[in-house]
Amino acid sequence: MEIICIVCPNGCRMEASGEGGNLQVSGNLCPKGIDFAKAEITAPMRSLTTTVATVFPESPRLPVKTRSEIPKGKVMEAMAKIRTVVVHEPKKVGDVILPDVFGTDIIATGELAR
Amino acid sequence: MTDKQNNFTQTASTEDIVNLSTFTSVENYDILVLGGGPAGLAAAVSAHENGASVLLIERERRLGGILKQCVHDGFGLLRYKERLTGPEYAQREIDCFLAAEIPYVLESFVVDVRKEGSGYVVCAQSAAGMKAYSCKAIILACGCRERTSRQVFIHGQRSAGIFSAGTAQYFVNIQGKMPTKRCVILGSGDIGLIMARRLTLEGASVVGVYEIKNAPAGLSRNISQCLDDFGIPLHLSTTVTEVLGTQRVEAVAIEKVDTNMNPIPGTREIIECDALILSVGLLPEIELANALDIPIDPATKGPFVDQSLMTQAAGVFACGNVLHVNDLADWVSWSGEIAGENAAKYCRNPRGFFTNKDGCVGGEPVLLQYSKADFLYVVPQYVSSHGPFPLTLFFRSREDVKDKTITLASGGVTLPSEEALQDGKGGGYISKKYRRIIPSEMEALKVKSLGRLGDAVEFRLKME
Repeated sequence: MEIICIVCPNGCRMEASGEGGNLQVSGNLCPKGIDFAKAEITAPMRSLTTTVATVFPESPRLPVKTRSEIPKGKVMEAMAKIRTVVVHEPKKVGDVILPDVFGTDIIATGELAR
Repeated sequence: MTDKQNNFTQTASTEDIVNLSTFTSVENYDILVLGGGPAGLAAAVSAHENGASVLLIERERRLGGILKQCVHDGFGLLRYKERLTGPEYAQREIDCFLAAEIPYVLESFVVDVRKEGSGYVVCAQSAAGMKAYSCKAIILACGCRERTSRQVFIHGQRSAGIFSAGTAQYFVNIQGKMPTKRCVILGSGDIGLIMARRLTLEGASVVGVYEIKNAPAGLSRNISQCLDDFGIPLHLSTTVTEVLGTQRVEAVAIEKVDTNMNPIPGTREIIECDALILSVGLLPEIELANALDIPIDPATKGPFVDQSLMTQAAGVFACGNVLHVNDLADWVSWSGEIAGENAAKYCRNPRGFFTNKDGCVGGEPVLLQYSKADFLYVVPQYVSSHGPFPLTLFFRSREDVKDKTITLASGGVTLPSEEALQDGKGGGYISKKYRRIIPSEMEALKVKSLGRLGDAVEFRLKME
């Protein structure tokens, strides 16, 4: 099957064949492609980037992301959890906005000044 | 650009507003950087580090440019070896800029720029009024704009609900307001693909992405992670031919097109939606370059530059998306660094700028030749054997091609590479093999030196 690697902008078009420990991957420019193809076939993961509401009228949204990847199938559920958050305090890049969402934290990716 | 827009520009920068004698004080700097996005921030830091006095002028309330609203990730893989989101990438550049304690003004809009003696005068308007700045050199870092519906000639009503992808992105990511419940996206540029995913995540229904060409414009990874992951269909060789709805968009008509991009009769289909989102390309923001009568390359739609990133106007440099629309912010920052360093050098010695190491004037940049059948464009457009080096040629292929070698040649001679000159073997080439080159992905050919070629009169980039 064809898998397009989403790890970097090269976007390698890879061909994966075989199963389990016998998976053969071709068309990848770097080893990250093999790991991505394996994960994509067994348990695909995605990083999620979005925004959360704030109480600050000058900056009504704060950009956030998952600290590490979450299962691809849980992305919409994660969005529902993140949508409940309203930020009341100034934040810096990396601050935890919502802990423990499918095994990772939602962290700020932007600055929020008072 | 329409005549209407041109008239507007001229009104905004009309000369009778700006008369130097009306200013009580004119601040003076070596370099004015126009724009506080990734290009301008990097240019300002680089110019500052090279000893120039710098002022950065930004029209928005915050630094960072368009990256502030690009909340998705994929930035910084080259520059920081990390996968960052747009705001994170911007913050790193902003922190670096602020640490250098370079002066800057926000919410200041440049309305006029003109030559004054051997330097330039820039007038900027802010809530405090009009202010004039004089300088030896200008770095244009004003980014790019989106093509509008007027520029792709869509027929029908001028109803509300037609947004550029970047405007939709601003509404969702900065203001937190949803511009649509059910939309059609025209054009498969990366911002359109990113917005297809973003709007879906926020609960809107994206009926499909329609692309008039027979190949997607955006990166393949974005087709995969933004469309395929969410089951959003991509329709190639299909375009929107009419917008229906008087007050608000109620539907759009789509039609398949033939190989000449003309609609095929009988393929018309009506799709109900409340918004049409356009991702139909970006154009360098060249209003200020136009004000200085700087020649524009019809291929890039940005100014012609030499390898120092100086335009055809002495002392005016360009970097980032005003120069040509880049795929990666990393390259934008990097071009900012080149422009900043060279602008600082120019300020120290404007007349000796093209003087070689031995003090001989020469090596005037010459226009780089290339076949328009092979390349969409090459930047820089002018090349000098006297540097500065390394020289990186950014180019886009016109077609999707496989197994090609790109070679830089001078006259009939292929230039020996620096390595070949150093190891004495000669016969090396400044060339690089590419497994595949596609128009939507910019490529870079790095040239460390052009050897001791002296004043080469012709350079040519070849694809074979």
